[in-house]
Amino acid sequence: MNDTLLKTIFGRLTLESLPLHEPIVVATFAMVAIGGAGLVAALTYFKVWGYLWNQWFTSVDHKKIGIMYIILAIVMLLRGFSDAIMMRAQQAMAFNGSEGYLTAHHYDQVFTAHGVIMIFFVAMPLVTGLMNYVVPLQIGARDVSFPFLNNFSFWMTAAGAVIVMMSLFIGEFARTGWLAMPPLSGLAYSPDVGVDYYIWALQIAGIGTLLSGVNLVATIVKMRAPGMTMMKMPIFTWTSLCTNILIVAAFPVLTAVLAMLSLDRYIGTAFFTNDSGGNPMMYVNLIWIWGHPEVYILVLPAFGIFSEVTSTFSGKRLFGYSSMVYATLVITILAYLVWLHHFFTMGSGASVNSFFGITTMIISIPTGAKIFNWLFTMYKGRIRFELPMMWTIAFMVTFTIGGMTGVLLAVPPADFVLHNSLFLVAHFHNVIIGGTLFGMFAGINYWFPKAFGFKLNETWGKISFWCWVVGFYFAFMPLYVLGLMGVTRRMRYFDDPNLQIWFVIAAFGAALIAAGIGAFLMQIFVSIRNREKLADLTGDPWNGRTLEWATSSPPPEYNFAFTPIVHDLDAWYDMKERKAVRPVSGFKSIHMPSGTGTGVVLAGLSVAFGFAMIWYVWWLAGLALAGIFGTTIFHTFNYKRDYHIPVEDVIASEDARTRQLAIQGA
Amino acid sequence: MTVVTQLSRTKISARKWLVAMPLALLTSGCDWVVMSPAGDIAVQQRDLVLIATGLMLLIIVPVIFLTLFFAFRYRQANTAAKYEPNWDHSVGLELLIWGVPLLIIIALGALTWTSTHLLDPYRPLGRIKPDTPTLANNVPVGNLVDKQQLANGVGKPLEVQVVALDWKWLFIYPEYGIATVNELAAPVDRPIRFQMTSSSVMNAFYIPALAGMIYTMPGMQTTLNAVINKPGNYEGFSSNYSGAGFSGMRFRFHGVSDAGFDAWINQVKQRGGGLNRASYLQLEKPSEKVPVRYYNAVAPDMFKLVVEQCVQPGKVCMSQMMHGGKGGGDSHAGMAMPGVNGGKGPQASSERVEGALLKDADEKGSGQHWTAPADIKQDGANNAPGSVSNRNHTMLMPKKNGLSPSTMPGTRPVANG
Amino acid sequence: MSAIPMKDGLNETKPVSFYDLDEHEHPDGGSTMLGFWMYLMSDCLIFAVLFAAYAVLGNSYAGGPSPKEIFELPLVAVNTAMLLFSSITYGFAMLSMEEGRQRVMQMWLVFTGLFGLAFLSIEMYEFATLIHEGAGPTRSAFLSSFFTLVGTHGLHVTMGLIWLVTLMVQVQKHGLIAANKRRLMCLSMFWHFLDVIWIGVFTFVYLMGTLR
Repeated sequence: MNDTLLKTIFGRLTLESLPLHEPIVVATFAMVAIGGAGLVAALTYFKVWGYLWNQWFTSVDHKKIGIMYIILAIVMLLRGFSDAIMMRAQQAMAFNGSEGYLTAHHYDQVFTAHGVIMIFFVAMPLVTGLMNYVVPLQIGARDVSFPFLNNFSFWMTAAGAVIVMMSLFIGEFARTGWLAMPPLSGLAYSPDVGVDYYIWALQIAGIGTLLSGVNLVATIVKMRAPGMTMMKMPIFTWTSLCTNILIVAAFPVLTAVLAMLSLDRYIGTAFFTNDSGGNPMMYVNLIWIWGHPEVYILVLPAFGIFSEVTSTFSGKRLFGYSSMVYATLVITILAYLVWLHHFFTMGSGASVNSFFGITTMIISIPTGAKIFNWLFTMYKGRIRFELPMMWTIAFMVTFTIGGMTGVLLAVPPADFVLHNSLFLVAHFHNVIIGGTLFGMFAGINYWFPKAFGFKLNETWGKISFWCWVVGFYFAFMPLYVLGLMGVTRRMRYFDDPNLQIWFVIAAFGAALIAAGIGAFLMQIFVSIRNREKLADLTGDPWNGRTLEWATSSPPPEYNFAFTPIVHDLDAWYDMKERKAVRPVSGFKSIHMPSGTGTGVVLAGLSVAFGFAMIWYVWWLAGLALAGIFGTTIFHTFNYKRDYHIPVEDVIASEDARTRQLAIQGA
Repeated sequence: MTVVTQLSRTKISARKWLVAMPLALLTSGCDWVVMSPAGDIAVQQRDLVLIATGLMLLIIVPVIFLTLFFAFRYRQANTAAKYEPNWDHSVGLELLIWGVPLLIIIALGALTWTSTHLLDPYRPLGRIKPDTPTLANNVPVGNLVDKQQLANGVGKPLEVQVVALDWKWLFIYPEYGIATVNELAAPVDRPIRFQMTSSSVMNAFYIPALAGMIYTMPGMQTTLNAVINKPGNYEGFSSNYSGAGFSGMRFRFHGVSDAGFDAWINQVKQRGGGLNRASYLQLEKPSEKVPVRYYNAVAPDMFKLVVEQCVQPGKVCMSQMMHGGKGGGDSHAGMAMPGVNGGKGPQASSERVEGALLKDADEKGSGQHWTAPADIKQDGANNAPGSVSNRNHTMLMPKKNGLSPSTMPGTRPVANG
Repeated sequence: MSAIPMKDGLNETKPVSFYDLDEHEHPDGGSTMLGFWMYLMSDCLIFAVLFAAYAVLGNSYAGGPSPKEIFELPLVAVNTAMLLFSSITYGFAMLSMEEGRQRVMQMWLVFTGLFGLAFLSIEMYEFATLIHEGAGPTRSAFLSSFFTLVGTHGLHVTMGLIWLVTLMVQVQKHGLIAANKRRLMCLSMFWHFLDVIWIGVFTFVYLMGTLR
């Protein structure tokens, strides 16, 4: 076979593309391969493939999809955190003429992959997963508006994650930083596959994110239980609504800007090139028009979780519900008016810079109001320090500090000396870890008993909590200091030996966080082992206030045998107060959507398409695209997408719950 | 401070480190260059950081205190504390929690508006030190100094043209007809006006001791006005990631006396060679950790050619092919967006990188896994002008018979690092 | 009803129900229109970005041709007419659908498809001519943004046509059932949406381009 034929078949994929000369990657690959093979063998041995396929992969149940999102996020957290550890180790040792253990080509991939994975494949799935699980339950619905789309969205997100993971073993990832700014990310300066991996992973995952955004907005607007007016919606549902509106209004911008970048790379257009009239500054503007709302997409749901948790564990109504709602709305709108603060240093005029600086500061007012609302929810309460509440208090302290440094960075002349420095890195980790991640841990600890019927182990949870919180301060406070010493981000080695001590402290912090992640996994493992002891049969382990606690844990497939009617903001608390009686007879069969494998097939084809585009295998790309169209059209010919849960099944599961509650003496 | 420097000079064992750590942390305060800069602009920026932090602490400290206090006071075990499960609204408190942050933001916003205008990097300096005006005829401190006044007045700024190359800095002194690589000097207390651009990708020009950073961008020109007030040897670098050699993209900035500056100029003039189009094109190629280089003669329009991306003979400059496009010049980069970067016309298209879909099968190259250790000690640039490998910023490749990886699928960097 | 006596502020007793015991099945696709509308809005944002890109790059000719030199307004006017006609015929199709006249509706849909096809053919002819003259998308940033904006719209019309054919087959197979009516409504929104976008393209790109 001659070279041309080979290239036609395999594109630019050659044996060279495999990292055979890179011990770290080979070892990782070996571990992943052995682990993966072991997992596949175990699944086959225990004959659970059919169960997984029927009950999980093809399921359109929002609860199962939510759980799958969170599992995906935890798996990707391990990958993203490995990158973090590698960076911390590199920076802690690359002094006194040593260049550390990573070459530029490896290190630059590591920091790019870390950012991309943590935002798109850890934080986003965590947020989407929790919203998916909780929102329909909180509004008393049986599923989301478009159950099939929900399944499809999840698999597209997973497909994006698969493509990112592929880059570890075949070819390489982008070396551009997590936003892939041109001209660096253009074909001229990044001719190999890295940026293409980046583009296709994000485009494919982005479709999933956008559709799940549309889905949840429609769900919240259309499917609320009777009596639940907008101003009686639980605050988590409110923040979810705003988050998903942000998703719907922000992700198309990302799609368009990445499409333009890929046209530059694939067709040779001149959107962001240095020559032929291209304008790289346009990319910077557009990507941040998506990027800033993205920040609020990540943090708003966490705000919602903290509101629920504070109110529940203080045993008190949420203070200032309506000001909370308005604060959320103000943040949602302002999120679109601040993007330029990410590049004050690009040379815009002083008036433009100060406009965006001041709009940024204004966002801190509603955010501050939220903090005060939580504060006054605690005031005159009876605070139970369960794990979710501990995460909330850690959040309130940590996030306040992050907010302060954020406002500092919003003052343009101050930003001139702190931009792109480790101070900035410390700031956004301060708000993303201290805000989003702490929120997600609070949420996982809070809703885990709802999802599985048993609480999470408290000892390991506390170990994880303290490791995370203390580790966070050790890891990122030194970065603030380094930023004030004028140390810039994305550096691979350093000249000034005085800096080393700070990096060593930061590395120690990262090690503590690693212990925190380990303890978290241990917490789940131990809890599963002791699930009998930790079991919660009431369905309401925390004396909750919102509707998700009104049903059993785990909830039946149909969530509620009878749709609850809402009279108060804290609907379930109100029902308990007024001694609402759970109906025990008169059940009917329930109309539910049926599962489908189309989502998995489409996502698989999308991976094939992305892979083919990355490696210039045009025939495969064409084939996969045709497959995607064919499958979609074929799917639309299926009109039977629902079924009825027979009334006997409903009676059986509801009677079981009645007996369980009777035993509890409820 | 002495302790730290001593520590840094010797190789420190892990045990010594544990002992030295708290000491080092305490004494390294004087290394916080952003907090103790040597240039008036950076000093004002530092002051702004401190004032803004102080303003925010007014609200941050009470919040953190109250969080911890409420958490303690209203813990479940403390049954003595008041418990009002249905108390969820208070107009007074709500006014307070919206009003107080609003007031602080109004104060901070006003501060932001004025300081952003006063410290606009494009704005000619209003003063060179806290109490000395720039001009002899005592222009009030803080007033905008007219460009005209500057041009014919005493405080005429030192012009420096900055080009961010891969991965080194070229500084051209048009007044003196000299240029340097990775070394910058300026007389103390004389305003400096940097005109900046980049040859290939975006970078940021940053000397923490002198002033805040500004991006340098290909095909565009940005400006920074600053002044250094204390003699010294300061650090400068790129603070915007620009590819494989980014970490080594550092230079020294010398703040010197007038006499010292003249001596430095003479030194450059004596030791340097000439910088013309050919030697610029040689210099432009990607290379890492480049030692200081001097040029005693610079082609007069060198910087303009770089900005307009027409150093290569035969390329049409952007301003000469303004087919409806709008001017480049030294307006604010963000405002001259459309058309500032007018492209290069027909000649350029022949060497533009072709889109992947337009490539023939044999042009696809190979997507190698380039994480193998590269030989970065060598000058990685390729000698063949216009070679694709010169433009691959994701990878510094050692010289290999002048062939780029795409034409030689079998090459791999020699692992000797 | 699981009603219990409840005391409210006025000390009156009235029954309050906490569960909807007599629930009727929700009609299928109750939120389809809302969902599809939101999808359209997000699509609209993609076009907004492409319009913005055109606004920024629209006069970066890089020594290449300017709009005046390459746009053939009469051709584009014919093209616009095709798309507008297709919208009108789709409107007629929807009227027939409301009246339940399936065959008439199918006929109008055929017309819609033909007009759409004519639109695409003219657009393709225009593109081919431009590329042949050396004014392809790689020539300058202006042409890149022009081809992308107009091409994205064309791609949407192509998708619309595929969808149209699929729907016609489905209507033929299952008749005018609720699900099909809903789908026809969605496509209707999509088709008119493309019309609106095209009017923007025609005005902003072609008319203003030639007038400038």
